[in-house]
Amino acid sequence: MTDWLSPEEWMAVRLSLKVALVAMAASLVPGIAIAYLLERGRFWGRQALDVLVHLPLVLPPVVVGYALLLGFGRRGPIGAILAEQFGIVFAFRWTGAALACAIMGFPLLVRAIRLSLEMVDRKLEDAAGTLGAHSVWIFLTVTLPLILPGIIAGMVLSFAKAMGEFGATITFVSNIPGETQTLPTAIYTFTQVPGGEGGALRLTLVSVLISVAALWVSEWMARRVRRRFLA
Amino acid sequence: MILDIDVTRRQGNFILDARFQSDGRLTALFGPSGSGKTTLVNIIGGLLRADAGRVLVNGRTLVDTQKGIFVPIHRRRIGYVFQEARLFPHLNVRQNLLFGRWFTPRHERKASFDAIVDMLGIGALLSRWPATLSGGERQRAAIGRALLADPHLLLMDEPLASLDEDRKAEIYPYIERLRDEANVPMVLVSHSVPEIARLATSIVVLDNGRVTASGPASEIVRHTRLFPHTGPGEAGALVETRVLRHEDAYGLTILQAAAGPLTVSRMNLPTGAPVRVRLRARDIMLSLGPPEGTSALNVLPGIITAIEAVDAASMDVALDCGGDAIVANVTRKSVERLGLKVGREVQAIVKSVAFDREALGSVQAVNI
Repeated sequence: MTDWLSPEEWMAVRLSLKVALVAMAASLVPGIAIAYLLERGRFWGRQALDVLVHLPLVLPPVVVGYALLLGFGRRGPIGAILAEQFGIVFAFRWTGAALACAIMGFPLLVRAIRLSLEMVDRKLEDAAGTLGAHSVWIFLTVTLPLILPGIIAGMVLSFAKAMGEFGATITFVSNIPGETQTLPTAIYTFTQVPGGEGGALRLTLVSVLISVAALWVSEWMARRVRRRFLA
Repeated sequence: MILDIDVTRRQGNFILDARFQSDGRLTALFGPSGSGKTTLVNIIGGLLRADAGRVLVNGRTLVDTQKGIFVPIHRRRIGYVFQEARLFPHLNVRQNLLFGRWFTPRHERKASFDAIVDMLGIGALLSRWPATLSGGERQRAAIGRALLADPHLLLMDEPLASLDEDRKAEIYPYIERLRDEANVPMVLVSHSVPEIARLATSIVVLDNGRVTASGPASEIVRHTRLFPHTGPGEAGALVETRVLRHEDAYGLTILQAAAGPLTVSRMNLPTGAPVRVRLRARDIMLSLGPPEGTSALNVLPGIITAIEAVDAASMDVALDCGGDAIVANVTRKSVERLGLKVGREVQAIVKSVAFDREALGSVQAVNI
């Protein structure tokens, strides 16, 4: 398998998977929390939060990337604090690519979870209350299992978005082989150099394979969940 | 006192202002749609808040707006069987049944899983998913789930309303066993006279957000004046009978009651099958001697045990007919004209017989 892809290509594939998985995993808990807040919360500024979460969906990715650079760059207000206090640096690092991908995929994740939250029968939660369950337990034992299909769908969307993210990534963390060069930016690079068609084609195939596999896994998981509900 | 309720709550134009006490093993909250029954049980269960008032269950204060007490829903230890069962779809029947147990304090876990599963006849369903259960099976599982949380009180909000007649007939015996065997007092919301007539030990009648009557079931069901909406016509005596024989030539079935034989339209039931009929007070005429030259086939001899006024014009006359208690609703004028008194022998002419086959929700009347 390794001789099929050149070392640089292989690196881009591995990096892309790492970036996408980290982006997906890191946004999961905040995604569920924000979806819950937006769907169930009644607080001042809910609309504003809603808009903020959805911004990456409508803004040009380059704008999101540039905004990240301004905010999370070494001299950016957030980036400087993170670098000084915690030693966390995003700019021109793979972690930055993951951050960009997470933010770009976040609205998709939140939307999917929110949709399934909307479908949850609140009466079931009341029923759990009459059986003695406190609201935290109700969420963990009733609400969360019921929105599992939505969470899975959201994770797949977030993962797929991360695998394909280009504009925000290249603007925020550039296109450094081995550090921030993901599949899409690698393909882009191959298309820019003479004789790069082979590499571009191979990486495109890998891209398709990963996407199909992700869809297949999510279908399989969703079917397992559905079978439990409707068996 | 099992229940001591005094609450008000305003919902738009509707005002619930209910005050009653009950010590019954099964207290029925009875009234027409929109009378506030569900609002009232939701206040008892903690799903809704009362604007003012108090709720005491077994002497424990759950709500007292003056003292600022509001015990949250999950600390009330009140089981709730909803109209739509509300089983958790992601858990199988066994997991549903055991859900409440996780949250029950260890020293309060008294209900025996096996005994309850056995009583409700759901042993064969334990590994099934709620989506595969029939409506009746779901309700039984929901009752079991509520009981296994060891509740101090069990609320049932029209648990049978979404079921067809046959499914209802399937559940009634279980609720009866619960009432007679389990040590959990129950509150049943119902708008069906046959249902409460069969199940309740105490009845609270609600009308337009107010309690119009409360007391022992046998007292309340007989009183025609307490059922202004279902029509006083629905009040009456419950009589257990068996199919004696069929008269196919006439398309009739003869039922045997303690009071005597009752002729009704041909029923599709085998000989010996139990049939519970309701003899509505409105449908009974009284005669001093055996009536002659009438078309009525159902005439039951009896002795007057009580006479009481319903309103200015009509009176309820209670009879003992061979052990069956029957009530006739007649005019005050007739009572005076016939000289009806307690202890007097009379003939009850039954104009029509209502079937609550196995005590069913809807009632079909047959005029013979």
